[in-house]
Amino acid sequence: MATKPELLASASSLDELRRFAEAGADAFVIGESRYGVRLPGDFPVEQIAEAVAFAKPRGIRIYAALNNVLDNDTVRTLPGYMKQIVDAGVDAIVFGDPAVLMTARTEAAGVPLHWNAEMTSTNYATAEYWGRRGATRFITARELNMEQVLETKAQSSLEIQVQVHGLTNIYHSKRPLVRNYVDHQSEGAKEQSSQLPGNGVPQGTIEEGLYLMEAERPNERYPIYEDANGTHIMSADDLCMIENLHELMEAGIDSFRIETLLKSAEYNETVIRAYRAAIDAYAADPDGYRFNESWLEAIQALQDPNRELSYGFFYKEQVY
Amino acid sequence: MATKTKPLFTGKRHRLDRPELLAPAGNLEKLKFAVHYGADAVYIGGQHYGLRSNADNFTFEEMKEGVEFADRYGAKVFVATNIYAHNEDLAGLEDYLHGLEKAGIAAIIAADPIIMETAQRVAPKLEVHVSTQQSTMNWQAVQFWKDEGMPRVVLAREASLEEIAEIKANVDVEIEAFIHGAMCSSYSGRCVLSNHFTDRDSNRGGCCQSCRWKYDLYEDDIQVYGMDEDQFTMGSKDLCMLENVPDLIEVGVDSFKIEGRMKSLHYVATVVHAYRRAIDSYMADPDNYELKEEWLHDIQKAANRPLNTGFFYDTPGAEDHIYGPEDKAAPYDFAGVVLSYDESTGLAVIQQRNNFKPGQEVEFFGPNGTAFKQVVGDIADEAGDKLDAARHPLQPIVMRTEQPVQPMDMMRKRIRP
Repeated sequence: MATKPELLASASSLDELRRFAEAGADAFVIGESRYGVRLPGDFPVEQIAEAVAFAKPRGIRIYAALNNVLDNDTVRTLPGYMKQIVDAGVDAIVFGDPAVLMTARTEAAGVPLHWNAEMTSTNYATAEYWGRRGATRFITARELNMEQVLETKAQSSLEIQVQVHGLTNIYHSKRPLVRNYVDHQSEGAKEQSSQLPGNGVPQGTIEEGLYLMEAERPNERYPIYEDANGTHIMSADDLCMIENLHELMEAGIDSFRIETLLKSAEYNETVIRAYRAAIDAYAADPDGYRFNESWLEAIQALQDPNRELSYGFFYKEQVY
Repeated sequence: MATKTKPLFTGKRHRLDRPELLAPAGNLEKLKFAVHYGADAVYIGGQHYGLRSNADNFTFEEMKEGVEFADRYGAKVFVATNIYAHNEDLAGLEDYLHGLEKAGIAAIIAADPIIMETAQRVAPKLEVHVSTQQSTMNWQAVQFWKDEGMPRVVLAREASLEEIAEIKANVDVEIEAFIHGAMCSSYSGRCVLSNHFTDRDSNRGGCCQSCRWKYDLYEDDIQVYGMDEDQFTMGSKDLCMLENVPDLIEVGVDSFKIEGRMKSLHYVATVVHAYRRAIDSYMADPDNYELKEEWLHDIQKAANRPLNTGFFYDTPGAEDHIYGPEDKAAPYDFAGVVLSYDESTGLAVIQQRNNFKPGQEVEFFGPNGTAFKQVVGDIADEAGDKLDAARHPLQPIVMRTEQPVQPMDMMRKRIRP
């Protein structure tokens, strides 16, 4: 029996979290959009505490998302917020901004810190840099290829987390780009907000259904949404590494992340089940492990036909 | 362009520090002109680890020459080592940083902490400045970098003047801010559009500027606006804080950074010249400072996009993007550079940089006061043979100037209204 890697997901609500736990996720990243970025739903501190109470007895871990780009105003509230989430019993804090690391030294001593700056987490030596300053886990950039991911695991003393399924963020602006575009089209000042796609969506939820297309790429739909943190543009394909998960399991990758953003609960549940099955099968008998086509078929059955399942950057060479 | 006439900070004046004017230099010649036109420091790219892989980047030899030239003006040379490294980029980093130190480079601008830390270890004479690619927005993150030994942080372009003031009030460290030029519309470093569209790694210098492409916005399978309407874009107008130099000085920005390692010699000289005059004029007499229209006009002569004030005063709105057609060429073009001037004859030797001919209106400008227009009279080559036009790049052309000029003064011509 091999050590099982963690299967990590996000969730938009407590109900969904319970459902995904049932499907086989054994860790969750949750939080509030003021501190965390691109969360499928907001978990106020009380709900984080509830999530922890649900998770602890089941051996499930709850990580607090504090990986936003933080401004002065938010930093002022950081010690109080961090104290609350530590009291709530979170198992780790996910950070990107060094201000979180600074605050954690006094407000969250002893709580593991996961460094996740998304596209800028690109090499093992930088992982070690953050490790020397207290990080316990390194979340690899989705733009790395397999060789780079495996070398990072081999060279780093930190836990390595890799996204294996779902869309990825490809552009984050502080500008409200959709609102600006609608304003530009309407030219006037009055009717803007009523015409805004997504108008009336409550805070902490995401308006789904908006996407961008580019003339030379007629089959690719890039989801775009706006929230209090600005504008987010997402990949046109969904990463899906289930066929090749053994490559990552053999290397001892510590955590596999499923991105649940902009997907139905049913889809996410199916994806989590599939990866759970693969991880369990590998752990039970690494040498006899074989990929089971039905895992992928279950995902394909629910896959949006306009979105390709892809290997992301795992088998690509990029130039610069 | 938005005009802010009312100063943001009108409190009791403390003693002001003179800010550094930091200019881009895509090659050795641009470096020399940037320094000559008034930059206190320039930043360049080397052969590796920079984010402009298509630029005409410096060799160590060229760096040495640039440093020696800058030294004569008391100016410094910085090198951008601002990629986010991948594993395979790490080999060679130590030698490269050591080479920069040996070449006399004053500072590197780094985004990846492993590059910062390696520089501290192997090239301790290099200052390390935290790049805007880190998207540093708050005082505590600035404090972190200061504690890590970084004397300077280049803030995120998203920081407002008020936020900068709060950062300055909380942390005693040099703050550098972009004040002019093209901007990422994303948080810098948080964009991999290029990677997805073209397999070019934006955070290692491969950015193909997909943010300036045009897109169609759909909502649930329906195109939100019709075919004949402007398409969606993330592309931003360019930053220009020339009208707001007093606010930047008052808030305590230590280094005013001009974007544009890919920009032309004429652009760099023009922009540096404008900010140099504004900064010097304000520092000389803050109470009676007046923005001169001619500085703004000069900026417009080299601008190739409409301008705005970014995030300094508020979050950019619809008017801050470029919907519809992009990129109008600047209205003026570089025509020549003065090589020498003979006071006794009133004749100048001008190196041709773009075609010009007798009868054309040109204007001369330079850092030591040269500023006049004239019509080109007779022109000749150095042998004294009369020419009907200056057609050959870099050819020395002899012509009479209506006022004295100096070497490195520039001559430009209007190319469109």
